[in-house]
Amino acid sequence: MATLKLERIRVPLRSYELELSLEVASTVALVGPSGAGKTTVLRAVAGLISPDAGRISIDDDVWFDTGTGRNLPPEQRQVGLVFQEYALFPNMTVRQNVNYARGRAADDLLDRFGIAGLASAKPAQLSGGEKQRVALARALAREPIVLLLDEPLSALDSHTKASVRAELQDLLAALEIPVLLVTHDFEDAAALADKVSVIVDGKIRQTGTPGNLVAAPADDFVASFTGANLLDGYAETTPNGHTRIRLSDGTLVATADRAHGQVTLAVYPWDITLAAKPPNDSALNTIHAPIRGVTELGNRVRLSIGPITAEITAESRERLDLKTGQPVYASFKATGTRVVAEHPLDDDGHKHQRQPD
Amino acid sequence: MRQTPLALVVTLATVVTLAFLLLPIVAIFAHTSPRHLVDQFSNPVVRDAFVVSLKTSLLAQLLIVGFGTPTALLLAMKRFPGHALAVTLVELPLVLPPAVAGIALLAAFGRLGLLGSSLGALGISLPFTQSAVTIAVAYVASPLYIRQAIAAFEATDPNLAAASRTLGAGPVKTFARVVLPQARAGLIAGLALSFARGLGEFGATIMFAGSLQKVTQTLPLAIYAEFDQNFDATLAISGVLILFSVALLVALHLGLTWQRSSSNASASLFGLTSSS
Repeated sequence: MATLKLERIRVPLRSYELELSLEVASTVALVGPSGAGKTTVLRAVAGLISPDAGRISIDDDVWFDTGTGRNLPPEQRQVGLVFQEYALFPNMTVRQNVNYARGRAADDLLDRFGIAGLASAKPAQLSGGEKQRVALARALAREPIVLLLDEPLSALDSHTKASVRAELQDLLAALEIPVLLVTHDFEDAAALADKVSVIVDGKIRQTGTPGNLVAAPADDFVASFTGANLLDGYAETTPNGHTRIRLSDGTLVATADRAHGQVTLAVYPWDITLAAKPPNDSALNTIHAPIRGVTELGNRVRLSIGPITAEITAESRERLDLKTGQPVYASFKATGTRVVAEHPLDDDGHKHQRQPD
Repeated sequence: MRQTPLALVVTLATVVTLAFLLLPIVAIFAHTSPRHLVDQFSNPVVRDAFVVSLKTSLLAQLLIVGFGTPTALLLAMKRFPGHALAVTLVELPLVLPPAVAGIALLAAFGRLGLLGSSLGALGISLPFTQSAVTIAVAYVASPLYIRQAIAAFEATDPNLAAASRTLGAGPVKTFARVVLPQARAGLIAGLALSFARGLGEFGATIMFAGSLQKVTQTLPLAIYAEFDQNFDATLAISGVLILFSVALLVALHLGLTWQRSSSNASASLFGLTSSS
């Protein structure tokens, strides 16, 4: 498979500068909050904007290079770009949209995406899921050597999203070209991509497999983005060399990591066990608090307990008969925690400002 | 339902306004029977004026669309130093008194004008020719088309143009197949307004082109010329102009509603509303 390379791309944005390098073989997801510069990266690759500096190439094919002044217009870069709102041509039928790139019949693609029955429909008549299939078929009709997907699932309602995500997974697995997708949803990124790069304020914070990011988040932002609970506290070393963190409410939490001073601790919701009685194992960290709220996510349930959120199966919730307002013991192992940020104290003894998320 | 005094005042004002606008139109047709109107076409003054008006108007609109469309596209898509000034310049003829526009055209293209000697050297003399009528009409009517065209291009979705480019289409194909269809309704509306304005042009034309029958005498100028001698003819010409304007207005509204309702109908047909 070919490799798409972005080398030291620099684009000034409104409040900061986008500056990154990225290598895309197989499927890479660029995830980050809205306004982090994700879409700008796609537009730079497609040739819709010109970075101030940098180089964009696919194998030996150079599309953009400020060193040599080379800058191919979009129509000369063989990319398939699927826009967030799909950008289907409203005055053309589905067939005309898909044929647009080829200038000849693309009925094979209509069949492949199951939209042959919609061939003479106009985009305004399509559902969100159908629009996306048309947009994908149209992008692939271009016979791209790189596929770019801008928030492929964000314009869909939650019901359609699950089925479209599965369709997209199959499609990406079958494609033999590098795919760069951007999303603000870590779960979508983890489901679709082999590698995930977290981008904040125009810079990449961490790159790795979805599993890597969850197991070892580089900082508190990555941790919270991947779904972790973040607990602020003060870390102390005990006489026997272990680290204890005193949370703001006085609870003591043990961690396997070493730290000192003001820290942020990450705990994943699925590493937390709930019980009606205090656990026998005194090595466990335990928080005793009433349940503040319950959110059902299919066959999983998220419960907020004091400062943290726990995720358990619907079955365990049934068994434990957990209701809002009921006090419960939430426990997690010291090895299930990660110190993701140490905040050195400034001269006044105030901790430094955390990155806004 | 109890009428409040305010509702009564508003209704009354509306009735007076509509009556005020309609009455003069009705009066014209009250004076001329349709038969009489048709008869006036055998009057050479009316016939000549009709031909001059039609020729110069069509030519002027061709110039306006030919030069105005690229101008509007550039002003809509690009921001550059002096952009606001350029837009103001485009709108200037709209606020300029037509007679002043005519004098200004003379000062620019007349024999003693700014470009007069250069044109004279080429053997071209514009004032009091049919070309002068076309120039006067184009000058005065152009803002109505260009303003509307700028708005129409600004309302197009830049992502559609971007999508077209990434699908391998160059700028020309992108404009013709993606941008133009989106702006079409606005461009047609602008053209209709510009055409109507051009057809009624009087002040700039009489200053810059004069009022010579068969050469520069357009329908409005003929109305003025015949006013003292043949009141019947002036009524007939007025009737022709009114019919023309009404036809333009009706075509414009029909065209715009047709386009709107066709997209709505297809969406409601499937129980969907457009999400884009």
